[in-house]
Amino acid sequence: MCLGIPGRITATRLDEGLPAGTVDFGGVRREVCLAYVPEAVVGDYVIVHVGFAISIVDAEEARRTYEALKEMSQLDELEWMREAADAGLAGMGGAP
Amino acid sequence: MSTTITPEQFVCPTPAPPGDRVQLGHGSGGKLSAALLRERFLPQFTDDALAQLGDAAVVGIGRSEIAISTDSFVVSPLEFPGGNIGSLAVHGTLNDLAMAGARPLYLSAGFILEEGLPLDVLDRVIAAMAEAASAGGVRLVAGDTKVVERGKADGIFVNTTGIGVCRPDFAPAASRALPGDAVIVSGPIGRHGIAIMSAREGLGFEAEVTSDCATLYPLVERLRAALSGDVHVLRDPTRGGVASALNEIAAASGVGVLLEEDTLPVPGAVAAACEMLGLDPLYVANEGIFVAFVPPALAEDAVDAMRMHHLGRFARIIGHATDRHPGMVVLRTALGGTRIVDMLPGDQLPRIC
Amino acid sequence: MKFLSEYRDANVARALVSRIRAEASREWVLMEVCGGQTHTIVRQGLGDLLEGAVEMIHGPGCPVCVTPIEQIDKAVHLAARPDVIFTSFGDMLRVPGSECDLLQVRARGGRVQVVYSPLDALELARKHPEAQVVFFAVGFETTAPANAMAVWRARELGVANFSVLVSHVTVPPAMIALLESPDNRVQGFLAAGHVCTVMGWTEYEPIAERYRVPIVVTGFEPVDILEGIHLAVRQLEAGRHEVVNQYARSVRRTGNRGAQDLVARVFTLVDRKWRGIGEIPASGLGLREEFADYDAERRFGLAGIHADESPLCHAGDVLRGRMKPPACPAFGIACTPEHPLGAPMVSTEGACAAYYHSGRYRAALPLEV
Repeated sequence: MCLGIPGRITATRLDEGLPAGTVDFGGVRREVCLAYVPEAVVGDYVIVHVGFAISIVDAEEARRTYEALKEMSQLDELEWMREAADAGLAGMGGAP
Repeated sequence: MSTTITPEQFVCPTPAPPGDRVQLGHGSGGKLSAALLRERFLPQFTDDALAQLGDAAVVGIGRSEIAISTDSFVVSPLEFPGGNIGSLAVHGTLNDLAMAGARPLYLSAGFILEEGLPLDVLDRVIAAMAEAASAGGVRLVAGDTKVVERGKADGIFVNTTGIGVCRPDFAPAASRALPGDAVIVSGPIGRHGIAIMSAREGLGFEAEVTSDCATLYPLVERLRAALSGDVHVLRDPTRGGVASALNEIAAASGVGVLLEEDTLPVPGAVAAACEMLGLDPLYVANEGIFVAFVPPALAEDAVDAMRMHHLGRFARIIGHATDRHPGMVVLRTALGGTRIVDMLPGDQLPRIC
Repeated sequence: MKFLSEYRDANVARALVSRIRAEASREWVLMEVCGGQTHTIVRQGLGDLLEGAVEMIHGPGCPVCVTPIEQIDKAVHLAARPDVIFTSFGDMLRVPGSECDLLQVRARGGRVQVVYSPLDALELARKHPEAQVVFFAVGFETTAPANAMAVWRARELGVANFSVLVSHVTVPPAMIALLESPDNRVQGFLAAGHVCTVMGWTEYEPIAERYRVPIVVTGFEPVDILEGIHLAVRQLEAGRHEVVNQYARSVRRTGNRGAQDLVARVFTLVDRKWRGIGEIPASGLGLREEFADYDAERRFGLAGIHADESPLCHAGDVLRGRMKPPACPAFGIACTPEHPLGAPMVSTEGACAAYYHSGRYRAALPLEV
C-alpha cells in the first residue's frame, strides 16, 4: 500500500485557507495539498500520496545513502569474488 | 491483548457471478473484449477472414486482394493534446489497413452526433479529418450522419471504414511470427493514453504529453521496401497497449515473446504520469506506433530504414519471439528478474496501492 | 525521475542481490506488509533472484485484499442508489462483494467514479449539490491523513452532501496477530515506508523486542527493497532484532506529527474485520462521534448489512503466509484474475495475483531464460 512518489514543488498558495501547491513529477504536474508539510517551500521535493504531500525528501540523506550504495556496488564485484573463492563457493548464485 | 489468527477462522467470500451486462472492460482490448468476441460474435458469423481477427480483413475481388477495416471512435474528451476524435478516426482506420500490408485508398465515415454539440467543435473535427485524409493520400467517398437526443452520444461517435489494396508479396499477419523473430517498436510508447487521461477531468494532472496520433503507412512502406516484404507481423498497439498487442500475436502465432525492459522507449513524462497513477506503460494506448516481427537477420536493416523516416526515428528492437513459453509474453527486468506480461481482464485502473 | 530512478539502478541492485546471497547462511523467511512493496518484488522478479537466500512471503499489506466483504456490499448498496455518486480509488472497483462489484454496479447504471484524491471527491460534492457524494475511505495509515482532511474540510466548508464509507486498517495489530500464530514462519519484516512516513516507527520497537524479529522500514524501489532485505538478513545472521530505517530520505522516527494529529482528531481506533482473516481488535480506524454526520453508514442506515462468508477460498491462509497460492485448490482454475474468488487475486499486488503471474511461468519453464 502507498503509492507515493517524489515531486518538486514549483508554486505554493492557499486554497480557501488550505496550504496547496503545484508539484512537478518529472514533467507531469498536479495540484497537491501541502497542509502536512508546513515547512515546505518552492524547490523542495516532497513525497505525494493521493494528492497530499506527506514528507519532505531529505536530499542530503538521500545523497549520502545513495553514494554509499554506489560505492558498495563498485567494490562489490571484487570483494564478492574474493569471499566466494575463500569460502570455496565459486559458482554460488547471483547475477551480474 | 491481541487476537491470534487461527485457521478455523479463515473464510472467503463466494465468487462474484460473471454478470449479465456489458461492462466498460469489454471495450478495453483485454481479456473481456476477447471473450466477448469469441463467445458472442464469432459463433454467429463463421468466416475465415473474420476469424483471423486481424486489424483488417484481406479478401479477394477477382484476382486482386483488398483489405477492409472498420473502427468506431468514442473517445472522450473529443479534443486532446495532439488531435481530436476526427484525426483519430482517420488515422486509426488507415493504420489498421497498413498493418495488413495494404495501401489505404478509400474511406467512409458515419457520424452519430449528440443534440447540443457545439458546431464549432464539429467544424474542428471535420477539419482534422480532412487534413488527415489528405495527408494519408485517401479519399473520403461515402458518409452518413445521424443525430440523437441529448445524453445519448457523448458529443460525437464516429465510425470509419477503410479499403486498401494489397500487394501479393506483402502479407503480414498476427499468426506469422516465428521463434527468433526480432520484435521492433517504431516509436515511444504510452503517449496517446496519457494525453487522453491528462485532458480528462477527475484525475487532474497536466502533462507535457501529446497524442502520437499519426498515419503509419509511409513508415510501413519504407520497412517493406527495405526488407523486400519479409515482414512477418505488423500490429498497432491501440487500446490495451503494447502488452495486449503482443499477447494477441503470441497467441495467434503460438510463439512466446521475451521483452527486455531496459529497451522499452517510454518518454519521461509518460513514465512520470504512470508512476503517479500506478499504471504500467505497456498497457497504455498508442495511436502512432506499430510493433513489427521480422526475421532476426534483417532486424538491423529494418531499424535503420525506419529511423530514416520522422515517424520512426526512435525505432528500436525491444525483444524477440521464442519457442519457449508459447502464447506467453515475458519481460526481463533490468535486474535480470522476469515477470509475465499478461493480458489484463479489462481496463487498467489508477491505483493507490 | 529524481529520487526515484536512482533507486532502480540495476548495477546497485545486482550488487545487493550478490551481497544478500553471499551473507545468508540459510534461507531466511521475511514478510513485507505493503502492497506497493509486493508490487515491486513481483514486477522485478526479486523472488527468483533471491531464491535460496531469502523467501519473501507477501503479507496482508494491500487494503484492497483486506477490506471486509461487508464494506464492499455497503459500497455496492450505496452506489446503486440513484441519489448517490459513489467515489473511490481505482483499486476497489473490481473487488467482489457477496453478489457483485462496483464495476458491475456501474454497468447497471449506478454512478461510480474513480478519483485520485479524497479532496477531488469533496470537490465533486460541491459541484453537485443535488446529489449525495460518498467517498470510499479505505487504506492503511498512509491514506488516513488524506481521508481525515477530506472530512475535516467538509465540516469546515459546510459541505452537507458529502460523507465517507470508512474501512481503514492499521498495520501493527496485524503483524502482532501474525506473530502470535503458533505456526508463524516469518523471521523478519519489511515495514511499509509510507505508512511509517506518517506514523514513524516507534510502534514497531516493542514488537521487534517482544517477538525478537528485525523490522526494517523500507522504501518501494528495487534498490530500497533489496537494501531493506539486506539489512534484515544482516540482523538475522548476527542474531539481532532491532528496528532500523532504510527509507531515511522520507521517514523520521516520530513520523509526521501534523498528519497524526489530524487523524487522531477525526478518527478513533476501532475493531476491524480483515477479509479472510477475521476480526482483529483495535486494528482499524472509524470516525469519531463528533464527525458522525459524515459517516455514510449512519447517514444511509447501513448497519443491517452483514455478509456471510463461506469457506471457498483460502485467502486467509495465503494472507498469513501459511499457504502458497499454487497449493490452493481453486488457484488458476476456479479463481483467476478474471473471476477472482478472493481479494488477493483481484489486486495486482495480491499474493495470489502475484503468483499467478510469476508462478505460472515458473511451472512452465526451466530456470534460465
